Amino acid sequence: MTNSWTDIRNTDLVVIMGGNAAEAHPCGFKWVTEAKANRGAKLIVVDPRFTRSASVADFYAPIRQGTDIAFLLGVINYCIQNDKIQWEYVKAFTNASYVVKEGFAYNDGLFTGYDENKRDYDRSSWEYEIGPDGFAVVDETLQNPRCVWNLLKAHVATYTPEMVERICGTPKDKFLKVAEMISECSSPTKTMTSMYALGWTQHSKGSQNIRSMAILQLILGNIGVRGGGMNALRGHSNIQGLTDIGLMSNLIPGYLNIPVERETDFTTYMSSRTFKPLRPNQTSYWQNYRKFFVSFQKVMWGDAATPQNEFAYQFLPKLDVPAYDVLRYFEMMHQGKVNGYFCQGFNPLLAFPNRQKITESLSRLKWLVTMDPLETETSRFWENHGEYNNVNPASIQTEVIQLPTTCFAEDEGALVNSGRWLQWHWAGGSPPGEAKHDTWIMAQIHLRLRALYEKEGGPFPDPILNLTWNYRDRNEPSPEELARELNGYVVETVYDQADPTKVVLEKGKQVVNFSALRDDGTTACGCWIYSGCFNEAGNNMARRDNTDPDDTGAYPNWSFSWPLNRRILYNRASADLQGNPWDPSRKLIAWDGTKWSGYDVPDIAPTSPPNVVGPFIMNQEGVSRLFARGLMREGPFPVHYEPFEAPIANVVAPKVRGNPVARIFQNDVAQFATSEEFPYAATSYRLTEHFHYWTKHNSVNATLQPEFFVEISEQLAAEKGIAQGSWVRVWSKRGEVKAKAVVTKRIKPLICDGKPVHVVGIPLHWGFTGQARKGWGPNSLTPFVGDANIETPEYKAFLVNIEPTTAPATV
Amino acid sequence: MEPSPHTATSNPPVAATAANLTERDLVRRSASTVPPPARQLEPVAKLIDVSKCIGCKACQSACVEWNDTKPALEANTGIYENPHDLTPDMFTLMRFTEWDNPQTGNLEWLIRKDGCMHCEDPGCLKACPAPGAIVQYSNGIVDFVHENCIGCGYCIKGCPFNIPRISKVDHTAYKCTLCSDRVAVGQGPACAKACPTHAITFGTKEDMKKLADSRIEDLKSRGYENAGLYDPPGVGGTHVMYVLHHNDQPEIYSGLPKDPKVSPVVNAWKGMTKYIGFAAMGLAAAAGVLHSAFVSPNRVTREDEEKAEELVKEKT
Amino acid sequence: MATTSIAKEDAIHPGKPVVVGRYNLGARINHWITAISLILLALSGLAFFHPSLFFLTGLFGGGQEARAFHPWIGVLLFFSFAGLFIRFWRANLPEKADREWLAHAGDMIKGDEANVPEAGRYNPIQKFNFWCMSLLIIALIVTGLVIWDQYFYDWTTIPQKRVAVLVHSLAAVALICIWIAHVYAVIWSRGTLRAMTHGSVTGGWAWRHHRLWLKDLAERHRIKKPAAPAE
Repeated sequence: MTNSWTDIRNTDLVVIMGGNAAEAHPCGFKWVTEAKANRGAKLIVVDPRFTRSASVADFYAPIRQGTDIAFLLGVINYCIQNDKIQWEYVKAFTNASYVVKEGFAYNDGLFTGYDENKRDYDRSSWEYEIGPDGFAVVDETLQNPRCVWNLLKAHVATYTPEMVERICGTPKDKFLKVAEMISECSSPTKTMTSMYALGWTQHSKGSQNIRSMAILQLILGNIGVRGGGMNALRGHSNIQGLTDIGLMSNLIPGYLNIPVERETDFTTYMSSRTFKPLRPNQTSYWQNYRKFFVSFQKVMWGDAATPQNEFAYQFLPKLDVPAYDVLRYFEMMHQGKVNGYFCQGFNPLLAFPNRQKITESLSRLKWLVTMDPLETETSRFWENHGEYNNVNPASIQTEVIQLPTTCFAEDEGALVNSGRWLQWHWAGGSPPGEAKHDTWIMAQIHLRLRALYEKEGGPFPDPILNLTWNYRDRNEPSPEELARELNGYVVETVYDQADPTKVVLEKGKQVVNFSALRDDGTTACGCWIYSGCFNEAGNNMARRDNTDPDDTGAYPNWSFSWPLNRRILYNRASADLQGNPWDPSRKLIAWDGTKWSGYDVPDIAPTSPPNVVGPFIMNQEGVSRLFARGLMREGPFPVHYEPFEAPIANVVAPKVRGNPVARIFQNDVAQFATSEEFPYAATSYRLTEHFHYWTKHNSVNATLQPEFFVEISEQLAAEKGIAQGSWVRVWSKRGEVKAKAVVTKRIKPLICDGKPVHVVGIPLHWGFTGQARKGWGPNSLTPFVGDANIETPEYKAFLVNIEPTTAPATV
Repeated sequence: MEPSPHTATSNPPVAATAANLTERDLVRRSASTVPPPARQLEPVAKLIDVSKCIGCKACQSACVEWNDTKPALEANTGIYENPHDLTPDMFTLMRFTEWDNPQTGNLEWLIRKDGCMHCEDPGCLKACPAPGAIVQYSNGIVDFVHENCIGCGYCIKGCPFNIPRISKVDHTAYKCTLCSDRVAVGQGPACAKACPTHAITFGTKEDMKKLADSRIEDLKSRGYENAGLYDPPGVGGTHVMYVLHHNDQPEIYSGLPKDPKVSPVVNAWKGMTKYIGFAAMGLAAAAGVLHSAFVSPNRVTREDEEKAEELVKEKT
Repeated sequence: MATTSIAKEDAIHPGKPVVVGRYNLGARINHWITAISLILLALSGLAFFHPSLFFLTGLFGGGQEARAFHPWIGVLLFFSFAGLFIRFWRANLPEKADREWLAHAGDMIKGDEANVPEAGRYNPIQKFNFWCMSLLIIALIVTGLVIWDQYFYDWTTIPQKRVAVLVHSLAAVALICIWIAHVYAVIWSRGTLRAMTHGSVTGGWAWRHHRLWLKDLAERHRIKKPAAPAE
């Protein structure tokens, strides 16, 4: 989230698209009801199904899954055509005026530089024209035909209301109503918030779905303001924390990168991370990258990370591929290239696409360790459960070791919510049976490995043997100790250069926040963006002061919000060029002539005067990007691509099947179906009664939604002779499931490109363990394909067939 | 802003307090009379704003947890209601209706939290034959007292809303208590506490009516001309009220009765029939007494015996 | 002479006085089971009928027990009464002569039986009593099942149950009234009770109240050996 949950109450218009906040985020959704009840805010829901969110919406528009980009580019087109633009904002705070270099073009669904064999782009043409002064060329009049604004205008012109209707199946009048309501928020005194979740991310072009809305929000001037923003609703109470802390194969904490193979030394690594400003006077905050990186190395390896050894740069692994994401990892496992797999708090048998492939992959492991509070399907993947898990245990040689762990209520620590709040929590109960904290288990593994390395040496024991391990109880680091490391501390006392008697940083003290970090090895910090969470003032995450001066929704003394306790990112953009709030009734920060101050921590140096430094300090330009340059793999502007399995062909680029750079593996292509074989457009989703595959283990939740079902329209039910509550078989090219049929008015056939498209809705909460009735998940059906940038699997749009059947055989 | 001094959404007390709902606060007690209470508690109400409800069932979950009940695991029958009806183990239930609004042509998914309405004039209490099995407190809460319940099911017949359910286990009637045990110590009902969107709020009836007014105003501004408060006068008003977008047709919300009253049949049964019955039985008995007073017993005479003997002799 | 209905067990035992067999052991057991069930039903039912009588549940061990027993006793009553019905329905069929008897019913109630026409095995008031009991018991069992929630809750709707409970209580009141009349008549008409205790009445009783029946028995030679004792 750029904003916070509590800030949603400040909005005038909530657009829920690519998510179902009422259903999947009911607690956060309270702020929508607050906005509606107290501000008269309106709620729009755009979804293939009439969801629980739609049930309380002011306006609902249907859309075919996987066509959000067409819809949103259509809205952008509408705003441009109808001059519903926050011009002052666009001109000053976006790269609309930046001139793109000659050679960049877009034709037939592809940008310049595409290599079909590599399924990748040479992105060098997607850049600004650089002037003789070394800065990007801009045309503030927006007259240059190659300026971003004119390129954008031309790019979205295809997406007329008629085209939107043709692609998305959204009736034109409904689309226009949505576009009109959204366009009203181009007024500086009206804001809109975008609430989205997996409905946008779980597509082969998920990140571009989000880009599309981000562009729209920027041209409406809704980023950085109260009640605005791009608000990703994270699906798990701490999934934001997972991303922040870098639990990805290509990241280290705080969105720093793991080196790749060609970055053989620290200097090479840093050479592509200088982040020189692209415009005069800009902050380009990533210029501090080296400070964060070196401080990370110091927290990891302490005294063993020295300037002489590149701060232990060589202790880090070097990636031979861009990322070992889950799809790649399971593809490798499937090829027999993986021996062992640690599965910590994850249930891949139900969570990853193409379950058949997952079962085969896990069967080829030598060993599998599961660490989970629950009896997951993954830990029992080898067990025969009749039709529900039809495997032959005798043919599976994988040794499975189940390590019972504690659940969230049994341990202490911080959970990072969607709004970037690090909220400390305390254990509510003792772990049952043999369950152990994950930290204990991880510590034991480390200590045993370390002992083995000490004893046996091995090719490269240094990173293990030198790992900092200064915990009071070596066997179990405490959450507090770990949090203090994440905040960072001073390694060596630093004196003021002007006055050597003056201590700037005192050895052993916690750093106040990341502004104190240094690149000379005198500071250590585990996750720079969290720095400030646990400084000398104490555990700021444990703060529970819910006062909210002037009811701004900031709650500045409740927990700690990264970065620097900032509640709304880019908040400098809430004020105009003179530093006055766009909307005086929604002041966030303002320039008082000498400094920025207000209700939030300014997202800009507090003393840098307005009209000099741009609000988007993380960007080299200082402005936001309507044109993404080379930062997105599909291209600098979003394009409508059909899902890999789509009921109709792509009408804007008929030759392109799916996202041209999506994560696919050659072995899986044969398993992509066409609409001739599989005529119905399926989508998967969560229900409010359950959380993933967890709560089926709880009898209360199991009672509230006891059994696996699929949802279909009355029309499809009639066509197929499917009765309410009867058994149906749903199958794709990759597998099949049996479910109860919920026949509903909430799903209606859509007319796309002149052809009726039936939607089959498949919720995902059942499996073969737990208290609820046995069932399947949609991953038995979904294709093995992922987003081009973040590799999220395409769960939201695929093809299936459906027919009546009888109850599954039970064991 | 919402008037909130008494609502469950404001922070409830954390210190232990003595229960303030006692026998002394009863205004009605089934099949018995109670002395007028010495004090009048502030009438309370739970307001269920259907227009804010997202049907998440957190209320059901909280209800199960607080009351420590174990509803059965049912099968999916093609609907979202789970369990499929109120049961002795499920005192509240989200009911879902897919309604095509004929005026707008739009689908509306109407989700209503069903459960005891806590009528000011409770039909269950009226029907109940067991002394003290159903009580009403001066704050309006209608509660079932299980040790006094005989499991006859008369409350089901008395209720205009089809709420109470008899347990097959202990043969007593169950329904929402409005969390009288929580309210007694200054907490709101568990469902209100759990409701993420504040669709369920709890407070004084007066406050809840004010809150409802502001909600109705908001709904009217959004085009729901018939938005209104459901506080049916036919049962003297209720201590559980709904804000409905279509208050002119409550029956579209899974059959919420338009003008609920205690059935005239029940009134006849618990009213007239009693008097007529006692009168009839009394008259029958009195007739016998009077008759015996004025008419001497009908005795067989010697003569009768002789006649009989004669007759027999004749025939043998 | 018109014949009235007589039962198999009916027989005249000559002697002084004459004894007339009226009810055999089976009939008497059947009657008393019915009578006891009816009393228990009345006691438990009245407990539910009015709060002032709720204390009667104490006789059954408490409210729960009274609630649980009442319908089962009702079932017993129903079958028991059905036995009586099978035994006596013929004898209770209305006859033409009943009209004339009824015209003198007032005299009968006044205790002046002189001018009352001769009655058969049952006089019309008794017949009325019999048919009322029969109909009311059918009404009670049917409505009783409707409100027997423990087993039949799902069989009917709540509005149907409401009507049933009303009809049940009205029928019960009526039945109790009929029962009061029945009991009073037995007490008032001395010598009647022995019919249900000993199974027989005196010839004089039969002559006085059911002369036609007595005559009929005599006519049909249903007369036992004089030596045979009454029991």
